[in-house]
Amino acid sequence: MIQQSLLGIEDLEREDIERILDTAEHMVEIGRRDVKKVPTLRGRTIVNLFFESSTRTRASFEIAGKRLSADVVNFSPSGSSLKKSESILDTARTLDAMDPDVVVVRHGVAGVPKRIADVLSAPVINAGDGAHEHPTQALLDCFTVRQEKGRIDGLTVTIVGDILHSRVARSDIYAFLKLGAEVRVAAPPPMIPPCIEQLGVKAYTSLREAIDGADVVMALRIQNERLTGAFFPSVREYSATFGIDRAKLRYAKDDAIVMHPGPVNRGVELSHDLADHRPSVILDQVRNGVALRMAVLYLYAGRRPVGKRETE
Amino acid sequence: MTPDGASSGASHDAPTHAAQDAADGRVLLDDAGIRRSLMRIAHEVIERTERPERLYLVAIPNGGIPLARRLAANLRQVADLVVPVGVLDTTLYRDDLLTTRERPALRRTEMPSAVDDHVVILVDDVVKTGRTIRAAMDALMDFGRPCAVQVVGLADRGHRELPIKLDYVGKNVPTHPDEEVSLESIGSGEEPELRLVLLSRREHTGQGGES
Repeated sequence: MIQQSLLGIEDLEREDIERILDTAEHMVEIGRRDVKKVPTLRGRTIVNLFFESSTRTRASFEIAGKRLSADVVNFSPSGSSLKKSESILDTARTLDAMDPDVVVVRHGVAGVPKRIADVLSAPVINAGDGAHEHPTQALLDCFTVRQEKGRIDGLTVTIVGDILHSRVARSDIYAFLKLGAEVRVAAPPPMIPPCIEQLGVKAYTSLREAIDGADVVMALRIQNERLTGAFFPSVREYSATFGIDRAKLRYAKDDAIVMHPGPVNRGVELSHDLADHRPSVILDQVRNGVALRMAVLYLYAGRRPVGKRETE
Repeated sequence: MTPDGASSGASHDAPTHAAQDAADGRVLLDDAGIRRSLMRIAHEVIERTERPERLYLVAIPNGGIPLARRLAANLRQVADLVVPVGVLDTTLYRDDLLTTRERPALRRTEMPSAVDDHVVILVDDVVKTGRTIRAAMDALMDFGRPCAVQVVGLADRGHRELPIKLDYVGKNVPTHPDEEVSLESIGSGEEPELRLVLLSRREHTGQGGES
């Protein structure tokens, strides 16, 4: 069933995804208590190994780990050992010797979490690798949609923005397709990867057609830091054609929701008004992110059997 | 398993009688027997509780849920008491969670109001080692400070591994440790019929309400 590490949605079966979402459902309740802590991972160590800067995802994993009573250690090698030219795998081996129970990895290069998982005995959770995958983001997106709509099967999900460079888009595409949604992507032509339709999505260069009848409109962040080449003439033009505002949203279903993985470039991918108000559910996504990551840590942490005991 | 019911049993339509052999095990208590036990326990609770207006029932899922619901109805009938009924999943408090590769599925927790200064009565279907009750007490403390905690077990099997005793017992069930006792619900809807069944180890499916 669930594998040792969570490296990408591509490797998961529908049942695995549903099991994680169902578990997260129960984790939400813990966040509403006065004492937001359960003893489940007491004495276990979670290492957040972030080679690429991240505030939101790292904080989300940290809070999730602490709500499960784990000891959470943040490790950002960019500042320390990498300057001493220690290789990534050496860093990983060093960490392994400290005996962590889960290692959460983010790296700017696709495939690094997999390589680290190969040398570690602890499970690895991918917190984003290059333009490859960001599985926990996709899972929390699915969780939020299921919470809002009661289901995912049969919904139409439109992802708008830089599909080419987006690990969130890739993970979301896999996740929503596996859960039975119709997935569309919309972007200026240079931002749509060739052969993307082989994944089972429909690609559009017209926003209006792409969000026609959609239940979920997901805007992606325009990542100026990743855009080197001429992907679009200007931010202003992108915003005029692909930025989501209430006028464009009229083509979607009346009860459509708007999502964004954050942080939002206000006035670019989303209008100021939509960034803060319904039907956007951006803060719900953040809130659900903690519960979802608690579920992932619960299901993956310390997957090393230490002898069977008969306890009932 | 259904979230609200006891462990899902066979869907027999006809009621079974105690001591009669069911297709999937021996019936220790049939629905009428369970009703009688819970009515007696309701009387005992009233008799022994100094300030019954402070009572608060907390069901341990899944088997405790229908039992707590019936016990609350009995308390209303017997003493005109409206007692809050909460549901408390103990899974995340178990002491054996990380010893196996697969993690058990979580169940719902719903505590309708604060437990502070209430006499909390934990309701479980089958009590054996006492470990679930230990986990439930720890979970309960995260919700506040009850003025007392008591335990109702529909079946007490013995084989305790922790110093825990039940305050109210439906039926003492002397069994071999390898046997399994579980509460089954027959039929669905608001008022499923319940029965307590003894299964031999061989027939056990790993879904029983053992605790």
